Amino acid sequence: MANITHSSYLARLPRLRRPAWRVKLGNRVVMGGAIVLAVCGSAILAPLLTGHSPIEQDLMNALMPPFWLSGGDISYPLGTDDLGRDILSRLLYGARITMTIALLSATFSCLIGSAVGLTAGFYGGVVDQIVSRMIDTWVAFPPVLLAIVLSAMLGAGMTSIVIAIVVVDWTRFARIVRSEAQVQAQMDYVAASRILGLGRGAIMILEVLPNVLPLIITLFTVEMGIAAVVESVLSFAGESVAGDYPTWGSMIAAGRGNIHHGWWMLVFPSACLILTVLSFNLLGDGLRRVFDPVHR
Amino acid sequence: MSDPVIQIDNLQIRLADGRMLLRGVSVSVSPGEVHGLVGESGAGKSMIGRAILGSLPEGASIYNGRITFDGQNLLEMNRAQHRALMGRDIALIPQDPLMSLNPVRRIRHQMVDLMRLRLGMERREAQRRAIELLDQVSIHDPESVIDLFPHELSGGMRQRILIAMAFAGKPRLIIADEPTTALDVTVQRTVLQVLITMQRQNGSAVLFITHDLGVVAKLCRCVTVLHAGRVLEQGPTSEVISSPVHPYTRALLAATPRFDRPLASLKPIPRSLTESLWAEARTLDHFVGAQS
Repeated sequence: MANITHSSYLARLPRLRRPAWRVKLGNRVVMGGAIVLAVCGSAILAPLLTGHSPIEQDLMNALMPPFWLSGGDISYPLGTDDLGRDILSRLLYGARITMTIALLSATFSCLIGSAVGLTAGFYGGVVDQIVSRMIDTWVAFPPVLLAIVLSAMLGAGMTSIVIAIVVVDWTRFARIVRSEAQVQAQMDYVAASRILGLGRGAIMILEVLPNVLPLIITLFTVEMGIAAVVESVLSFAGESVAGDYPTWGSMIAAGRGNIHHGWWMLVFPSACLILTVLSFNLLGDGLRRVFDPVHR
Repeated sequence: MSDPVIQIDNLQIRLADGRMLLRGVSVSVSPGEVHGLVGESGAGKSMIGRAILGSLPEGASIYNGRITFDGQNLLEMNRAQHRALMGRDIALIPQDPLMSLNPVRRIRHQMVDLMRLRLGMERREAQRRAIELLDQVSIHDPESVIDLFPHELSGGMRQRILIAMAFAGKPRLIIADEPTTALDVTVQRTVLQVLITMQRQNGSAVLFITHDLGVVAKLCRCVTVLHAGRVLEQGPTSEVISSPVHPYTRALLAATPRFDRPLASLKPIPRSLTESLWAEARTLDHFVGAQS
């Protein structure tokens, strides 16, 4: 009995085998990473992927359905909106805004939040007290509301959106990096390097930071997803990049009014947003597993 | 005899709540000497090392006494002066080799950073020296071992790497805090041999903290027996072991396994003895408290 199970298990082994890099990274990282790369790629290559301008209006062809429905046209693969603009081009160009804002705001909130959190967690004492109280105060505000108020105050434009997201979201990094740095600062290798005479700054950068880095990378990925949502919320509320430049959020807002006679105006941008955020979260979750020392 | 490298006079360490950890310990170690500090858990032997290294646990502080390193009073130094000695003139070989290396950095980077920052070496020179040190602590194939992570190495190898790091600055005093406790008995021997070879090559003095009298008998010229933060007996190892004066030393010897005696002859240290020693120590505390 035992022998039979054993040999059948062995016989099945070769089929289970996957390339080493896939095993090492895991399905989540591969899936999430592939979708993120695809979205980034199509954002960069937008002019090559579509023949239409995202802002060119063609009122004769307004509210044209996707090509597989009757009345659709293959030159407008995902249909047109109420002003006759090509949905696909608007999605592709909108991805540029979403991705740029996600990347920029995640980068800045990561840099600021990690630096503050690392210092507070490692040094402790008064520095930690000040930073912790600041984070507590910050977290007490509803984040999206704060971002809307901020971008309304700062005015439209990409810079003000990035600033609004960074100002709201740096605490996410600061809070988590702080507690991890605090744990690492208690480790024996930190005490050992202190006894070897390394200064506090050197220990923080050389010893603690490399141990916190996996966490920061994971958070960074998740933050990009969050920033994408916040950007869409802001443009939905009309507080995003000025003018008629397409963003997913403003497309969703426009689609909401046309839901009865042009569902594609709402569904496609929503699907893009969901897919992007989902892939960022998958990637972040997968990276967390890859970096987990127990799994390594 | 030459001047001692380190001289500890009447060191008293006390916790914030007034309990005493060390009750007036004096030890001195001359250059090139290996001095054993023996005692059971809680005897305060590690506290002596930590006082020298300036890393006393939270709440513990030095109440009285002097620690003189090379003619300078360590306890009167400011942080920067003290730090300047650490890793160069005074180094530690820690108890737990797994926890004392950074888990996410390769051995090369840990060693090179230490030598660049503490010993002012160039990167190239530091790498060459790191490989040379690994070779000296008898690590086979140092060029490839240096690029491994700590978790890829055995406990004995990690401890030898920490020994290499401790000796990087040719320190004059090494504090070895139970360096083999976390290791397999079979590995202990090699690690101790490496430690002694390095110590002879560099002429460093070693304060060897352990609870293993057998190891002390092999390695140390002099030994200090501690209990309840007090020195019970001190002197050349051969004399202390062959003709112990204090009943506690005799009990400790009887509790140490030896090859030439049957295992059944091992006796645990009698509780009445330790209890009376603790009582004695507390009575002395009372007098110290009355004086201050």
